Amino acid sequence: MFETILAFFRAIGHQVTAAICRLGRAVRFFLSVFWLSGTAFRRFHLTIREIYFSGVLSLIIILVSGLFVGMVLGLQGYETLQRYGSSEALGVLVSLSLVRELGPVVAGLLFASRAGSAITAEIGLMKATEQLSAMEMMAVNPIARVVAPRFWGGVISMPLLAALFSAMGVFGGWLVGVVMIGVDDGSFWSQMQAAVDFRLDIINGVIKSFVFGVLVSMIAVFEGYDSEPTAEGVSSATTRTVVTSALAILFADFILTALMFRGQ
Amino acid sequence: MKRTTLDLWVGFFVAIGFAALVFLALKVGNLSGNNFVDPYTLKAKFDNIGGLKVRGAVKSSGVVVGRVADIHFDPKTYEAVVTLTVDGRYSFPKDTIAAIYTSGLLGEQYIGLDVGGDEKMLKSGDAFFKTQSAVVLEKMIGQFLFGKAAEGQEKK
Amino acid sequence: MKTVSEEILLQIENLQFTYDERPVLQGINMRIPKGRVVAVMGGSGCGKTTLLRLIGGQLRPSSGKLRVGEYDVPNLDVDALYAMRRRMGMLFQFGALFTDMSVFDNVAFPMREHTDLPPEIIRDLVLMKLNAVGLRGAAYLMPSELSGGMARRVALARTIALDPMLIMYDEPFAGLDPISLGVVGQLIRHLNDALGATSIIVTHDVYECLKIVDYVYFVSQGVIVAEGTADEIRASDAPFVKQFVNAEVDGPVPFHYPAMDYRQELLNDHV
Repeated sequence: MFETILAFFRAIGHQVTAAICRLGRAVRFFLSVFWLSGTAFRRFHLTIREIYFSGVLSLIIILVSGLFVGMVLGLQGYETLQRYGSSEALGVLVSLSLVRELGPVVAGLLFASRAGSAITAEIGLMKATEQLSAMEMMAVNPIARVVAPRFWGGVISMPLLAALFSAMGVFGGWLVGVVMIGVDDGSFWSQMQAAVDFRLDIINGVIKSFVFGVLVSMIAVFEGYDSEPTAEGVSSATTRTVVTSALAILFADFILTALMFRGQ
Repeated sequence: MKRTTLDLWVGFFVAIGFAALVFLALKVGNLSGNNFVDPYTLKAKFDNIGGLKVRGAVKSSGVVVGRVADIHFDPKTYEAVVTLTVDGRYSFPKDTIAAIYTSGLLGEQYIGLDVGGDEKMLKSGDAFFKTQSAVVLEKMIGQFLFGKAAEGQEKK
Repeated sequence: MKTVSEEILLQIENLQFTYDERPVLQGINMRIPKGRVVAVMGGSGCGKTTLLRLIGGQLRPSSGKLRVGEYDVPNLDVDALYAMRRRMGMLFQFGALFTDMSVFDNVAFPMREHTDLPPEIIRDLVLMKLNAVGLRGAAYLMPSELSGGMARRVALARTIALDPMLIMYDEPFAGLDPISLGVVGQLIRHLNDALGATSIIVTHDVYECLKIVDYVYFVSQGVIVAEGTADEIRASDAPFVKQFVNAEVDGPVPFHYPAMDYRQELLNDHV
């Protein structure tokens, strides 16, 4: 009986120390990624290639999702607002929800699922097939050549994708509210412009999407580099990327919202 | 993937990304607001500012002529002191009243300037000689109930 | 004409390596002269690949000396380590080609990373290297379109891209058909001689290997149990060598994984 309790605590202790070791490895890894980022900028075509794979290839899912989220906001928003006779405030509702929250967060989650998992799988497979080792033996630092461009490609793509998501969402809300339901076009835009503040809402939204971009790219790149060099290792690393990124985005969103929008 | 095609797509992506940002900034937000010419400051003291916030609008005849720059509490006179920034193109008579209004039924509160008839104008740093505080809902209801009760008493 | 000199390129003295408290190498001694093709053979998990990684500086030994040319490998700083690696080539098991680049770009990779040669010269060099391994016509294929043997040869072309002084092969014969086996074996020998390089082959393919090497080291349980020229090895009486070379089922490396007494175990089931 005593033995099982002891074994239980030993297992927990082992898990905790393993997690802390992992965190330490992660921090050292991030520091070396930043330190070795010179190549990613001096040979910018490497980063451009990664912007294509993370950003351009995520365009379809971001634009379509943005459109539908905006349209749903339009529908649901109208449904509730017209009960209080405030259906002209639809523009305000749609735009503020998107620019402050939904744009950065949903775009971040979609980015993590599409681009983040792809980056993890790519780096993990390169590790499993000894491509990273081969690069090392050819005197090319794999962190500088493979990891850093993918990190910066993600960081650059994310704010742009979030802006596109929000813009498409506003368009979707307008489509449903003004074109389909018949809310007044003029008040839709004028109330929106009065309520959405550039500094407070839009800039803060951009800051959020930048922070999420950094988080997702860091997690994706680390999980790939640290994965077990087997098939199961790569697949579990990919799922970990999506899950950890989602949790990190939502947690950071809470922190940032509390900092930015307190008392507004 | 040829390098030129790659560059083309990435360039396109960055271009539309920036276009979306510009669209959000100009069409959705109010980036083109707040361009006051030679702004000057005025002070207004209120018993109750209600829900007035910093960066709220200052309007005259319904047109935005300035912004609320600062709100703080004066511990000596127990009043709220509001500092306004007003567009230099507009001058207001010394007997103008600063009142706190609500836009719409449940909307945001702003300062409305009810113009007086004095020949002399307010200069930078001057205070409004008369202000009208925000309407507090509870007091209004209290007044209403009190009024109703008094009416009831009279009828008896 | 083979360039055989007695100048020692690789010198290893009493090399020890432990991994997680498990001793992998327990005192390896080797002296490899320039221009030779040397094989390191042994069973799976005996530490052969670890030895290659120690030579390449990817791992650090627990103790012992390791010199490659003028480089004292375990004590190199990062810049010196990378300088040394530019003069080495390593062929990984199954090739380790970069799957997102074409065959041409794979072979051009070391040239583009480490030299400032103009694209025209790189093109010529790449085509020459590919021609040496017989794959000049496959220059614009992607690695996924190659067979195992072809991928291995492309990786070989990439390994010799910068004319290294030391070439290391990690199981170059693994998983190849008989024709490819012969091709790879011949390429290893010819390229070594043509480049005036030194080659170390880690393998357990006895037949192909003994055809082309000058010297063999046998590793078992972390130490060198036998060494000699190809003929000496073939004629050796050492029990492990005999079992290995003649592919005997039982010998110093037992057939049965350690288990309890057979009769005992079967009977226990009925208890």
